[in-house]
Amino acid sequence: MKAMKEQEDGFGSADRYGEDKVEQLVQIKTLFFARARDLTGTNDVLLEIPLGSTTKDCLDKIVGKFPRLEEILGCVVLALNEDYTTESTVVKDGDELAIIPPISGG
Amino acid sequence: MASTTGESSRILHEIETLKSAKFDLERRISALESQLHNLNQPHNNGVSNASSTSPSTFPHGLSPDMIYRYSRHLLLPSFGVQGQLRLSKSSVLVVGAGGLGSPALLYLAASGVGRLGIVDHDVVELNNMHRQIIHTEAYIGRSKVESAAATCRSINSTVQIVEHKEALRTSNALEIFSKYDIIVDATDNAPSRYMISDCCVVLGKPLVSGAALGLEGQLTVYNYNGGPCYRCLFPTPPPTTACQRCADSGVLGVVPGIIGCLQALEAIKIASAVGDPLSGRMLLFDALAARIRIVKIRGRSVQCEVCGENSEFKAAQFQEFDYEKFTQSPLSTSPLKLKLLEPNSRISAREYRDRLHSNESHVLVDVRPEHHFKIVSLPNSLNIPLASLDGRLEEVVSALKEEEHKHKQKSKSSSNGDVELYVVCRRGNDSQRAVKYLQENGYPSAKDIIGGLEGWAQEVDPTFPSY
Repeated sequence: MKAMKEQEDGFGSADRYGEDKVEQLVQIKTLFFARARDLTGTNDVLLEIPLGSTTKDCLDKIVGKFPRLEEILGCVVLALNEDYTTESTVVKDGDELAIIPPISGG
Repeated sequence: MASTTGESSRILHEIETLKSAKFDLERRISALESQLHNLNQPHNNGVSNASSTSPSTFPHGLSPDMIYRYSRHLLLPSFGVQGQLRLSKSSVLVVGAGGLGSPALLYLAASGVGRLGIVDHDVVELNNMHRQIIHTEAYIGRSKVESAAATCRSINSTVQIVEHKEALRTSNALEIFSKYDIIVDATDNAPSRYMISDCCVVLGKPLVSGAALGLEGQLTVYNYNGGPCYRCLFPTPPPTTACQRCADSGVLGVVPGIIGCLQALEAIKIASAVGDPLSGRMLLFDALAARIRIVKIRGRSVQCEVCGENSEFKAAQFQEFDYEKFTQSPLSTSPLKLKLLEPNSRISAREYRDRLHSNESHVLVDVRPEHHFKIVSLPNSLNIPLASLDGRLEEVVSALKEEEHKHKQKSKSSSNGDVELYVVCRRGNDSQRAVKYLQENGYPSAKDIIGGLEGWAQEVDPTFPSY
């Protein structure tokens, strides 16, 4: 039951190797920049997501936790481990996903 | 007392007169310097020839003055004579003489770019000074372009400075940009960024783009060496709510300073053909964390509507394109003026003053964020930021009750002297949103103060601080 709940939530770094056979999870650190920081109120968040997930899956999960992010996701640069990425890229354990909205000020 | 006032106004007057004379002299010097430079230019292949007995130029084309001025550049093996010569033959246009443009222009002028253009239509204001370091107090209220040009000339009189005292529009951008090799985007709004990028694509110019807000900065080079343009990265414009301006969100002065310096560096690298320009990569500067990250970004998009394979976007399409409509935000930096309320739901700052003077029983809610409220506020106002109004309506209720109680005690009458509810903010936009919310939630007579605290400062109390 506990394991299932963790799967639903998927944030934080709770014990993920329960007695039950659960899907293997990978940890992804998500970095927020500019407006994404304002909307989430944080610089980064650690999320756990099933092995084989894509950056799109990560984004969906993040939007689930921070619904206000939705409004800017149509206009952001995504970087996985400081490299260019697309929504279909499969993420690995320990990856860093950066969400970078453009700044206009000067 | 009267004599002191007389004395200080005499001194103030004299200061004004002297400042004006100084300004005229500076302009005249600037104009003469530029005239002299133009006289020297055609005869000396762009090389200034002040006074010397030695040969005016050496085979490589640098004059003795230039050799001395740029000696530290020339001593750099990877830059050297060739780098300096290329730089001196190049032309750079900086769009925006603000927080980014100030340091960019200072370094571009100092380093010896051949021709340096400045575009801006704004005037220097006191609240620019903490970050727009090219301007001096003497220029407050005067053109930013004139001010920046004068400083550039005073740093390096051998650089040709070109003043474009106009707002950049689709009608003039092609003509202005076509005269320069490299464009530096030092503007402060989304529509300008799309317009500048598109214009660079149409004309095939490299674009050094910088941005800064709050405690963060971004930098990249667009449309260069097969790299992407702004639209390849951001085909759909950001929602208007995401477009923040320094005037609303604040900016630590040195942050655009750092990004502007990096813009100068990238422009110099491109002009002198040294090093690897920041194309296909984006630099992210985080001032609080003291961290700079460089992330790889996508290459040119074949589907890009402007620079893509099948793009039909040429000069004609550029001139027709409505960038304000596309981004839903204005090109000019003038703040938004919403009209959400009926006139009878609003009062002017003067009317509010009159009601204050007549001791009208009321509650004034200030819906600005708490850190704004801490800067300055009207007496007896209750701070409930717009974002938390929903959850703090109780506070409005109890403030109204308390006021009603006071009123009854004072008037000792049983009449239900209605307590008015007023809302104020910085400029009169959020106060309208708040009144709309209050009206829909049981306070149909709530009113806002037109123009907010800025209106108060303009109409009622000129000593009330602006920010």
